[in-house]
Amino acid sequence: MFRIDRRLLQNFDWLTFLIVILISIISIMTIFSATRPPGTEDAAQASFYIKQMVWLAISIIALIIFISFDYVWLERVALPVYIMGLLLLLIVLIAGRTGMGAQRWLSLGPLSFQPSEFFKLIFIIMLSKYYSFSREPLDVTGLLRVFFLIVFIPFVLLFKQPDLGTAIVALLIFMSVSMAKGLHKKVIIMMVVIGIISLPFLGNIMWTGLKDYQKNRILAFIDPKVDPSGIGYHINQSKIAIGSGEFFGKGYLEGTQGPFRFLPEKHTDFVFAVFAEEWGFAGSVFLLSLYLLLIMRGLDTANKAKDDFGRLLALGITFMLFIYFFVNIGMTLGMMPVVGIPLPFMSYGGTALLSNYIAIGVLINIRTRRFSLFY
Amino acid sequence: MLTEKPEAQKITLASYLILLGFLVLLLRLWQLQLLQGDEFRKTSESNRLRVIKVTAPRGIIFDRNNIALVKNTPYFCASVIPEEFNEGDIPSLASVLHMPEDELRMKLTKKARSPFTPVRLKEGLSYNEVSYIEARRSDFPGLFVEIEVSREYLHGGIGAHVIGYLGKLTPGQAKDPEFKDVPPNAFIGQWGVEKLFDKSLRGTAGQRIIEVDAIGREIRLLKETPPVKGSDLSLSIDIALQKAAEDAFEGKAGALVALKADTGEILGMVSAPSFDPNSFAKGISTDDWNAIINDKKVPMLNRAIQSQYPPGSTFKIITAIAALEEDAVDTATKVDCKGGTNYGKWHFGCWKRTGHNIVSVHSALVESCDVYFYEAGKRVGFDKIHDYAVMFGLGEETGIPIGRERKGLIPNSKWKRETKKSAWFPGETFINSIGQGYVTTTPVQMAVMMKAVVNGGKVYRPSIFRASEPLLVRKAAVRPETVETIKEALKGVVNEPGGTGHAARSNTILIGGKTGTAQVVGIRKDSKYLPEQFRDHAWFVAFAPVDNPDIALAIVVEHGGHGGTAAAPIAKKAIEAYMLSSEQKKELMHVQD
Repeated sequence: MFRIDRRLLQNFDWLTFLIVILISIISIMTIFSATRPPGTEDAAQASFYIKQMVWLAISIIALIIFISFDYVWLERVALPVYIMGLLLLLIVLIAGRTGMGAQRWLSLGPLSFQPSEFFKLIFIIMLSKYYSFSREPLDVTGLLRVFFLIVFIPFVLLFKQPDLGTAIVALLIFMSVSMAKGLHKKVIIMMVVIGIISLPFLGNIMWTGLKDYQKNRILAFIDPKVDPSGIGYHINQSKIAIGSGEFFGKGYLEGTQGPFRFLPEKHTDFVFAVFAEEWGFAGSVFLLSLYLLLIMRGLDTANKAKDDFGRLLALGITFMLFIYFFVNIGMTLGMMPVVGIPLPFMSYGGTALLSNYIAIGVLINIRTRRFSLFY
Repeated sequence: MLTEKPEAQKITLASYLILLGFLVLLLRLWQLQLLQGDEFRKTSESNRLRVIKVTAPRGIIFDRNNIALVKNTPYFCASVIPEEFNEGDIPSLASVLHMPEDELRMKLTKKARSPFTPVRLKEGLSYNEVSYIEARRSDFPGLFVEIEVSREYLHGGIGAHVIGYLGKLTPGQAKDPEFKDVPPNAFIGQWGVEKLFDKSLRGTAGQRIIEVDAIGREIRLLKETPPVKGSDLSLSIDIALQKAAEDAFEGKAGALVALKADTGEILGMVSAPSFDPNSFAKGISTDDWNAIINDKKVPMLNRAIQSQYPPGSTFKIITAIAALEEDAVDTATKVDCKGGTNYGKWHFGCWKRTGHNIVSVHSALVESCDVYFYEAGKRVGFDKIHDYAVMFGLGEETGIPIGRERKGLIPNSKWKRETKKSAWFPGETFINSIGQGYVTTTPVQMAVMMKAVVNGGKVYRPSIFRASEPLLVRKAAVRPETVETIKEALKGVVNEPGGTGHAARSNTILIGGKTGTAQVVGIRKDSKYLPEQFRDHAWFVAFAPVDNPDIALAIVVEHGGHGGTAAAPIAKKAIEAYMLSSEQKKELMHVQD
């Protein structure tokens, strides 16, 4: 049903594809190790790694689908998809399934998924579409218009869920893509001034709007010793896991912090800690290098994109991946508050894997179709 | 790619920022894994590894006839894992454990090491409480029963001062390196033989090194060193004798020490009133503890070794030996007792106001004539009597291994000069020769003396183990004729008409002994008419059988009045119990084979 152009195949971005496949394999191995039953008597291995493999298969298919058509198509459907995404977020708020104190999941029969995971991609597409209308740097009114038209409503909806992590990531994507688009110098100066003046004020509003567990996370980040059993305990156990890996790690399936349940969320947000415990500094540097390569490749794709939409889209996706990566690793290393952000391609979670693979599909799409003469 | 477009410049800037971000993460990884890696590795090990001490079964204590005196018994405690416990369950749990809610709440809110570390809620649960908790565990998540090992003292308070008791390791002991192998909640010997030989009774604690998960659940056993059972102890104590004696002490305060005549073995050691060691081994309550320490009769005092009494007329044995050995008197020497004697301006009365008429050493001992011993003491001099007393083990520690013993006092002129800064008055010789005045002794000293007199002068260190190597302290130089004279006289005390110790006379065994009445106040009035606390202490020292002595003992009954009436019957009961066959003893102690 798709016409496969031979030249298209020639220009296919194998590097990006192979990096995410490699990280995914590492991910499944690490999830297997993190969720293996401790001891010998109760030998039932949790099925997380199998579920993740199924999701990986689905994700690879989705990736291929998102390569097969020209990404310019995305620009055309951006607005209806964006409105649909907003509706889904609204439905989650009204009818969503609650998990871990937040309403994030929508159930469709036996499946449940997190609309917010997809929304961030839709959000980037919408932003790129809007910014590619004009090549002029944004002035104050332009920026405010974008903020209120595209950013504000989803931000409030996400904040309400509450999915603080995704809300902040959305805000960061907005800011970084806006800067990449180009801002008037006046806007930059004004933003800095307003930012400094309103910071305590805004901070106060944010603080009172936070749930207790979110406040605890921030307090525990400032001083982990305050409550070693609560969230500070979480950060400590993560640091113990990573630190105890030393240079060469304890060896695969030899880690103890995860399977013995010292480290909570070992196969989701804190999967890097389990990996670092077993593979040590050497393994960690290797894994980080894969991410660095992936992100640099994304920037290069943006640089080579044939149009502004493609460039901004590639940048948005790359920034998003970097933000997720940086905040997640920073969190496991105890450098940032625990905000419940997964590590792309590594953390257990089907919706996130699928949406990240789609994002990579779009990236590969942009690179593969970088020469306008094929269009 | 001709010149860089502004877009490309921005992307280059972004890539520098991203590289900077990676560098920050790498530095942090380097810090955690390489700089602090060792430390974190250790923390992760201690996270995962637990060393659990396994208390060894404690050695059993037997009496000399292999009758068990103690047995090991489980001691149940209710503990809870705070993380799993539901605070709403506090009121219902309080009623299950019969504890005030506030106390429970306080224990649960006290800062624990981690929310997974169990908190002890109540110790010493009854069987009913244990079965109730086990049946309703699902109602109280996190609640479980821990088991420690304690003791049951099979014969209650009998022999409590010798056997002692177990108690919880005190905070002070927990810091002592001697107890470093003892688990923190374990029981250890805190008194008596249990304390003295705690180390060998305790055995060697085993150790289990296990891997645990975050909740402390055991995942895998890595290494196990099984505990080594503590050594059993066979005491020299005869529990049947002990029981007979303690029963005879019913309601009285005093002490008894019985020794094997030809070794140092302690056959019985009574201090009345006694206490029930079981209440300590169950984790004594504050009320019970206060009742014991505030008791006017001081049950925790071991009177057998810690109380010093004037020996009264029992001391006449020493005076007689000194006089005979120093040839100040012989068996033919006669003294006319007219109910008293005068020395200078002082009058020294005999307890029998009507007098004993003509007495020899034999009849003076049998009838306990004071006047004869005033005369004997005057002839030999008290410094000589002092030397003989010390030779037979008085005035010095006997070396008994249990408790802190007192030395008593045997005075002489040197002692008087040094402590009282004055010369020895001749009149003091009179009064000390009959065991009054400065002379004080402990019951165990008197038993050692009695034993040494009848075995020909051999003073042994008292020992608590059966068949232990006798430890000879010294052999008193005393002529066999002197020993025979004394033994004959002591036989007469019990068995001749007019003997003061006839209450000890037995139909089954020939007993010899000597009564003593130690004055508490200087009133020569029949004790019966005095309030109890002013009544005289009653003494009796004895041995049996007369021909070939096997047992020697000393008894004191505080404020008991005359030795012949208060103390002598106890000696008879104790000796008769000792002479029972081992089957009869087992029957007496309700032991089933």
